[in-house]
Amino acid sequence: MNTLEWFTQILEVGAALAAAPLFLGWVGQCRAWLQNRRAPSIFQVYRGIRKLFHKDAVVATRASPLFRIAPYIVFGTMVAAAAIIPSMGTRLPFASAADAIALVGLFATARMFLALAAMDIGTPFGTLGARREMMVGFLAEPALLMVIFVASLISMTTALPLISERLMTQALSLSPSLAFTAVAFTMVLLAENARIPIDNPATHLELTMIHEAMLLEYSARHLALMEWAAALKLFNYACIGFALFMPWGAATGEAGPLGLLAAIPVLGVKLGVAGAALALIETVSAKLRVFRAPEFLATAFLFAVLGLLVHILLGA
Amino acid sequence: MTAVPFVLQLLNSLAALLLLLSFAMLAQRRVVTLVNLLALQGAILGAATLLLAWRTGEGNLYVSAALTLALKVVVLPTLLHRMIRRLGVYWDTDTLINIPGTMLVGLVVVVFSFGLAQPITALASTATRSAVGIAVAVILLALLTMITRRKAMSQVVGFLSMENGLFFGAMSATYGMPMIVEMGVALDVLVAMLVLGVFFFQIREQFDTLDLDHLESRDDAP
Repeated sequence: MNTLEWFTQILEVGAALAAAPLFLGWVGQCRAWLQNRRAPSIFQVYRGIRKLFHKDAVVATRASPLFRIAPYIVFGTMVAAAAIIPSMGTRLPFASAADAIALVGLFATARMFLALAAMDIGTPFGTLGARREMMVGFLAEPALLMVIFVASLISMTTALPLISERLMTQALSLSPSLAFTAVAFTMVLLAENARIPIDNPATHLELTMIHEAMLLEYSARHLALMEWAAALKLFNYACIGFALFMPWGAATGEAGPLGLLAAIPVLGVKLGVAGAALALIETVSAKLRVFRAPEFLATAFLFAVLGLLVHILLGA
Repeated sequence: MTAVPFVLQLLNSLAALLLLLSFAMLAQRRVVTLVNLLALQGAILGAATLLLAWRTGEGNLYVSAALTLALKVVVLPTLLHRMIRRLGVYWDTDTLINIPGTMLVGLVVVVFSFGLAQPITALASTATRSAVGIAVAVILLALLTMITRRKAMSQVVGFLSMENGLFFGAMSATYGMPMIVEMGVALDVLVAMLVLGVFFFQIREQFDTLDLDHLESRDDAP
């Protein structure tokens, strides 16, 4: 079955690369519908990326090499992360290389390079965005780790595919600890992917933007890679959420090629529902002031820790 | 872990929700919402009691469930809401510690109370004994709510929430206190509420505010 495992691996990375912009486009489309606007095409993100690849890159004169290589590193880490997240099958040859904690580390690496590149040029906006991003990241990371610890405690392993497999096979029961951590994870997802309560992905208003502020100096293929990486990050987070909180439908070891084939439409349905839910959350909530972000993320941390404590005490 | 019956799963989930509501009360700045959260906590407590009564078949648990629902969901919140309207206190903005700080202290309190409840849990023989830790946590979190607030109104809500925790603890450790004790406690809470209501008006008449800091200063002329 070794060839099947490798095939699963290639399929997952390929699907992540191809479907990530589509997922972002779907979220944008749902948002536009909910806000009574005419929706852009679902392929809009692809068009943007293609257009950017055809342009000539302009780099600031004082930019160091770090500024040039950062997009490749950020994109590379996101692809590496996609390789260890079980979105369709749980038997991934790459997954033994890194567990869920290393996955958090991968995201942190990408964030660090993004922030360094933003500071590298020395424009005030880049620095401002980088500082805010680091603040949000430093508050969101413990919450994300706590979420992973709860899932690891329940399944007694930190390898993401194994966690997913064990949660899938355990008897269906009401689990307040998993419910709490799911809420915490959703909050972290919103904060980490620059979605609305923390950052508005559609704005270029200087005083409020976080993620966009860091990309202001990038153009052409660098910008295209950065935007693709952002789409991949959202896709990765969604797939981590599926692996932890709704693992049903992914192909386990015994499922064989047919199970893998059946997992593809299941993933599509999950992504569709998650995208619509994300758009709904973004439509009904207002953007928080930057100084309220710690409160938001402290709440996420609280939910995750409560999930942990409830699991330890009640065993549920 | 797979053999836990569904009723117990439901009871455990309700216990977890009680804990969550305690944290929500700890973080809440608006007094009106605080009272609504208290009513919700009472409703969950009533539901848990009802569920436990159905599971164990103990008749007096039905009575205390009815008592809980009537008193803590209807009577006390109505009284509190009326008092808020008449006193015009809608906000309790200045907590002593900032909200994220309070939450972190609250987490430490929960860990502490889980440790505290461990011996009780080991001694009790009820099916819901693991929820004793949550009950202790609810009590201590309510105490924390009282400590970190300045306004008398939120302190009273904290006091009532503490009583909820006590009730839940008694329920999960021994399937409820004797009926006469329960009646007595319910009456006590009601009377305390009325007396505190009178106090509020007296405090406001003396100091023009419900901020209890003024009670601690030693100005001779109020």
